[in-house]
Amino acid sequence: MKLDPRIPEGPLTVKWSKFRSQCKVINPTVRRKHKVIVVGTGLAGSAVSASLAELGFQVEVFTYHDSPRRAHSVAAQGGVNAAKNYKNDSDTVWRMFYDTIKGGDFRAREANVYRLAECSAALIDHAVAQGVPFAREYGGYLGNRSFGGVQVSRTFYARGETGHQLMQGAYQQLMRQVSLGNIELHTRHEMLDLVVADGQARGVICRNLDTGEITSHAAHAVVLATGGYGKIYYYSTLAMQCNATAIWRAHKCGAGFAAPSWTQFHPTSLPLLGDFQSKMTLMSESLRNDGRIWVPIQAGDDRPADQIPEAERDYYLERQYPSFGNLAPRDLSSRAAKRQVDQGKGVGPMKNAVYLDFKDAITRFGKDEIKKRYGNLFSMYEKITGRNAYEEPMMIAPSAHFSMGGLWVDYQLMTTVPGLFALGEANFSDHGANRLGANSLLQACVDGYFIGPTTIMDYLAGAKVEEIDAEHELFSSSKKHIEAHINKLINIKGTTSPNTFHKEIGKLLYNQCGLSRNKKDLEDALEQLKSLEKRFYEDLLLPADHHNLNSELEKAGRVSDYLELAQLIVMDALTRHESCGAHFREEYQTDEGEAKRDDENFCFISVWEHQSSGQPELHKEHLSFEEVQLTQRSYK
Amino acid sequence: MKITFNVWRQYDSKSKGQFKKYKMDDLSPDMSLFEALDLLNDQLVQQGVDPIEFDHDCREGICGQCGLWINGEAHGPGSHNTSCQVYLRSFKDGDVITIEPFRAKSFPIKKDLKVDRSALDRIILSGGYISVNTGQAPDAHAITVSPEQAEQALDAASCIGCGACVATCKNASAALFTGAKISHLAHLPQGQMEGKTRPGKMVAAMDAEGFGACSFTEACAAACPQEISIINIIKMNEQYLKNAF
Repeated sequence: MKLDPRIPEGPLTVKWSKFRSQCKVINPTVRRKHKVIVVGTGLAGSAVSASLAELGFQVEVFTYHDSPRRAHSVAAQGGVNAAKNYKNDSDTVWRMFYDTIKGGDFRAREANVYRLAECSAALIDHAVAQGVPFAREYGGYLGNRSFGGVQVSRTFYARGETGHQLMQGAYQQLMRQVSLGNIELHTRHEMLDLVVADGQARGVICRNLDTGEITSHAAHAVVLATGGYGKIYYYSTLAMQCNATAIWRAHKCGAGFAAPSWTQFHPTSLPLLGDFQSKMTLMSESLRNDGRIWVPIQAGDDRPADQIPEAERDYYLERQYPSFGNLAPRDLSSRAAKRQVDQGKGVGPMKNAVYLDFKDAITRFGKDEIKKRYGNLFSMYEKITGRNAYEEPMMIAPSAHFSMGGLWVDYQLMTTVPGLFALGEANFSDHGANRLGANSLLQACVDGYFIGPTTIMDYLAGAKVEEIDAEHELFSSSKKHIEAHINKLINIKGTTSPNTFHKEIGKLLYNQCGLSRNKKDLEDALEQLKSLEKRFYEDLLLPADHHNLNSELEKAGRVSDYLELAQLIVMDALTRHESCGAHFREEYQTDEGEAKRDDENFCFISVWEHQSSGQPELHKEHLSFEEVQLTQRSYK
Repeated sequence: MKITFNVWRQYDSKSKGQFKKYKMDDLSPDMSLFEALDLLNDQLVQQGVDPIEFDHDCREGICGQCGLWINGEAHGPGSHNTSCQVYLRSFKDGDVITIEPFRAKSFPIKKDLKVDRSALDRIILSGGYISVNTGQAPDAHAITVSPEQAEQALDAASCIGCGACVATCKNASAALFTGAKISHLAHLPQGQMEGKTRPGKMVAAMDAEGFGACSFTEACAAACPQEISIINIIKMNEQYLKNAF
């Protein structure tokens, strides 16, 4: 495996415009001859599908949902960042680039991050033109708020449902292209394999989840926009069906997997209430604009929040990070919360939470204003917990959220398999070892609307791609392989449900490869995962009917991939002998307990190559920083 | 808690369905209804019985995937929530909870509690968008939008497409769903260019999919998890009539 990031020459500020000036393009009348498969219809998938179709390419789109609009991009609440400087607070593309690269603990590629910031303004323009109803001020201009890890206000928002609104915009553009006959849309189809011919990605094998039929689809290029894999932790903020299957199976076909162990734990999720719980619910980071986080100073203090006097409260983020306070970045905030809970200062029935208190904000701005800003989040909180956050502080806790890791991509968002592109959360590219709030929606949109269409056209214009169709032998052999795997799972006829195995993987990863990690725990986790995998293939129990709807079978396939990915996650954490961003190795910390990077030995992205037998092979993409000085990240 | 689940079971779209009763003990009131169904499904699989298929995904009320008819109400007890936001604390110990799929001619049952709501996508496909290609947009501040307009647009755009309005309506009308999209786009200056043709196209698509007519009982708005107001139906009718002749 050769890692060539293909970063354009020249100063950072001109790389993208230079690339666009020099990339290959295809005459509009010829584009129709090229077909692109897009898997996933979240923001990145819908955006790239619509944009490619607008350019005149043939696009075939797959989603396991019953409608493209259900993709998990809808759940992003707080906002989307853009360097518009509408607030006159000296925001610039460079400042946004610097915040992002620093927020990622200097473990992202400079050129990609700069481009993300550079394209951000155009995204806001496009979304507004699509009819996304962002918040407005009295003069009719767009409103902004602030998010963690930055000191300007560059976050655009639509109440607490920014993701849902951006998703509506992208979905509507997708449907418009479907209506024009430029996109063939397959709902309820799950991609189960990638087909590679002559070293190029040429198609996918899918399963129709309603009928069980296995189908083959050929194209000239394949785009995976299938989201993140935080659900591997079981208790995560992700939707129940989010999974790693598409990217994992592409990895097994030759796509390098970058930084698998970098998973973000979101500090403002609702705490776990009991073993029966199926997922964690996120409360937007935007709440930290007005909410103050605290725990009782005394460990084991059982008094209700309103009976703990001010002097006996520890507003620990404001104390530890005075210049960012409650808006410290997510990795720091989550870790700080874990420390408080570990010291016995956790609150709530399971003593696993911290308070997020709006009392001061309500006194200052009034209940109506707070309701206007966060009304839907407060009512969501009440629906789930039965508690009123206007009257008492919310209880929050960190939980698995966003995958900074994903398929390795070069500057053109192409994986190590030529013709296979990965967009949005499915790739590793822009967030380094920790993502800043409101950069996720941005990256998915920028990848999908602006970067993907440009670089995919460049690839199609330059690649020599033989004509093959879905009848080709490679498709039928892949299909047989997939059918055999399904039969194998069904015929185990053991005693344990896929969900039980999933829960066990999650528990193991949370405890031994979660908010903090150490060598001993990681080595032990690897052994346990191996035996869990063995047990899975001996003891899985599934309903046998696979020619009809069978959700348990869908789940089992995803869990079989999680079992393998979990081992890679642990291996990745084990081999990185430093702490950076979300990856906190207990052996490597400063005297103040902050992450201690080792720039001399670990200033690289770990990229894993799958081996059909034996250990995966580690490759390194060394990061060189030309514009920024590597510093100890400080938010004090 | 002890709960008896009385659940609609149907093998596929062609088969005849029937209710089946399942008793469960030791449930926690803090469990969501779906978490109880997860547990029940685990038990059914152990017994060699096909688990109950039901739609769900985000489990936080925003994806619009879930939709159950619970004790005679779309999305069950509680005001303005989705099925995934129903918790057992809303029921009493010993209760029977009857669960059916959303029923409407335009929502054929796929299996058990899962229905096909692709008719709603086809309504959007008929014109529920602004035609703008990537690259064409002017600066976001080139056109101002008053906060009132933006808020009204967002009120309508909040629709999650779950179909509770259709399931609740005695005529199985999709007027609230369709009205919400027409109204969302009609409230924004960007949506004006296609405003003359959009209502006609979308209303025709709604009719072609077999949804019934609206008779203004307001049942849809009462069931809507996103509190979409029937003002949006009025807006749809106004836009439709204004541009029909």
